[in-house]
Amino acid sequence: MEKFTTLSGLAAPLRMINVDTDIIIPKQFLKTIKRSGLGVHAFNDIRYNADGTPRPDFVLNKPEYAGTSILITGENFGCGSSREHAPWAILDMGIRCVIAESFADIFYNNSFKNGILPIRLPKEQVEALMKECEENSSAPLTIDLEKQTITRGNKMSFPFDVEPFRKYCLLNGLDDIGLTEVKAKTISAFEENDKNKRPWI
Amino acid sequence: MSAAIHALTPRTLFQKIWDDHTIETSADGTCLIYIDRHLVHEVTSPQAFEGLRAAGRAVRRPDATLAVCDHNVPTSNRDKAIEDPESRIQVQTLSDNCAEFGVKLFDIFDKRQGIVHIIGPEQGFTLPGMTIVCGDSHTSTHGAFGSLAFGIGTSEVEHVLATQTLIQKPAKSMRITVDGKLGKGVYAKDMILAIIGHIGTAGGTGYVIEYGGEAVRALSMEGRMTMCNMSIEGGARAGMVAPDDTTFNYIKGRPMAPTGDVWDKAVAYWRTLKSDDGAIYDKEIVLKAEDIAPTVTWGTTPEDVLPITGHVPAPQDFKDEGKRASVERMLDYMGLKAGTKLTDVTIDKVFIGSCTNARIEDLREVAKVVGNKHVAQGVYAMVVPGSGLVKEMAEREGIADTLKAAGFDWREAGCSMCLAMNADKLNPGERCASTSNRNFEGRQGRGGRTHLMSPAMAAAAAITGKLTDVREI
Repeated sequence: MEKFTTLSGLAAPLRMINVDTDIIIPKQFLKTIKRSGLGVHAFNDIRYNADGTPRPDFVLNKPEYAGTSILITGENFGCGSSREHAPWAILDMGIRCVIAESFADIFYNNSFKNGILPIRLPKEQVEALMKECEENSSAPLTIDLEKQTITRGNKMSFPFDVEPFRKYCLLNGLDDIGLTEVKAKTISAFEENDKNKRPWI
Repeated sequence: MSAAIHALTPRTLFQKIWDDHTIETSADGTCLIYIDRHLVHEVTSPQAFEGLRAAGRAVRRPDATLAVCDHNVPTSNRDKAIEDPESRIQVQTLSDNCAEFGVKLFDIFDKRQGIVHIIGPEQGFTLPGMTIVCGDSHTSTHGAFGSLAFGIGTSEVEHVLATQTLIQKPAKSMRITVDGKLGKGVYAKDMILAIIGHIGTAGGTGYVIEYGGEAVRALSMEGRMTMCNMSIEGGARAGMVAPDDTTFNYIKGRPMAPTGDVWDKAVAYWRTLKSDDGAIYDKEIVLKAEDIAPTVTWGTTPEDVLPITGHVPAPQDFKDEGKRASVERMLDYMGLKAGTKLTDVTIDKVFIGSCTNARIEDLREVAKVVGNKHVAQGVYAMVVPGSGLVKEMAEREGIADTLKAAGFDWREAGCSMCLAMNADKLNPGERCASTSNRNFEGRQGRGGRTHLMSPAMAAAAAITGKLTDVREI
């Protein structure tokens, strides 16, 4: 997993609520057996017309948002299916951070596993950031994970919360499995003890 | 928490299961929890197995892992190869991976094959008090047995395959009590749709929901599974119902259920799995069963529900500005005009199936409503049983004959048009009465319009060709 320390990049406002994972990556693209290559299909139905031409009304198709690495959106982003194809797809299109009023649990969790930082902010702050990015799309937003701040030049600065363990893994690009494998003995001991209590497991 | 403190502090069902599975707790409250059962399907597992292979890791407990192909499988012409090359490769990849890593698989030709959340309970793989995961959000279904069951992403699938554990923080707990008795024509599906309408699609985010109350206790296991299944549609990763004799009677004698002395020991343990008096929930909601009518969705999120006696709402009916904009978009997508009576909305297709409502009891209800009536002219109605065994049982009971005679298309088991990954899908603009769980834009096919409802309501719609109050059939 790629480390996430600081990110400075363009931010695009996606003014929608309840963006579900079917919108982020429709099912016809879940037939892949790879993690990569999904970026071109991200947001397919709202990004392209049925004939495959880009829809000018979709924010990431607008020239001023080309190269966006931060997405700002409304409440309950990533609801629905557990498909990790959703974070794979947005990562593959270059997005490393999503700022929203709230996230669905599974998407939130899946993001961290792929080096994407999901940030929850209060509604007024999300709105303020969206407005800023709409008024001046070319100014970058800076996310500092170590300091837990979002800044926009010297105009705006918001602190954000992140759980210490997730922060640690993201800052260091750590793979959870490696961390857990170190505890193999503890897991075996748990299994031994549990066998007496619940032999049907 | 030490055992001594446990004895003094009343705990919820969730806390009991959590405590019994915690291997280690770190300073910030993150826990390493043991996973008892892992269900695997073809769509969310290939990258996980690939990860194991790349790192030279094995599956830690193949005996606690069960795989099945369901999302991609065709629901007709099973004897032929899968036409879609990508689907074929994905299904084949699951077979190859299961063979390589020693995981038990119900393949497409096995009569036990079916939707992952239907076969787990059917086989007795799902048991009370367990932690159960699967790379699928509807894993919440298994909570009906009083287990802690939730959906995970592919990275976590790989983590469980390799270590049989997950790194998690405990969820908050919510109790939803439904008092009283459900009226005629009102089912578990109506209850859960009404609950989601009440709490909203994000109302359960961060929570595990425990369902209780007279109306829930009175449900069969099938009904409890329908309710727990859609917990995720209210944002909760898991839903649960404390196990009781209904649960134990359902499990007893199933192929993978314990037997003999171990069965007795298991039941004794399972009987302890209920919330203690005085246990504290972070949130409590109480509803009355009598207030719940047959319910349908009108919009593109599962919280957009109304009693079938209602009318399509207008954007100005909603207070929140974000929701108003979203309602405008939904009405446009759904091709509905504000103020239209729901019972005046005509449909093109009917889908009876999915992990929400494709168990034998669901099909029995459909057959009861259909009787000797016929599917309305111009309507295409399909029935996709949840598993090969459900299909076989329905055929034995004469349900298949009733439905075929009525003009229903009787299919093979799979996820089918719930998510339309296989060939079963809606065409743009088509409207469907569906027993599935998601009415998202494009869910059943790009441009498709989904109305969620109970199997009985979907059967009624099939007969009249429009959304219909099943109580009037």
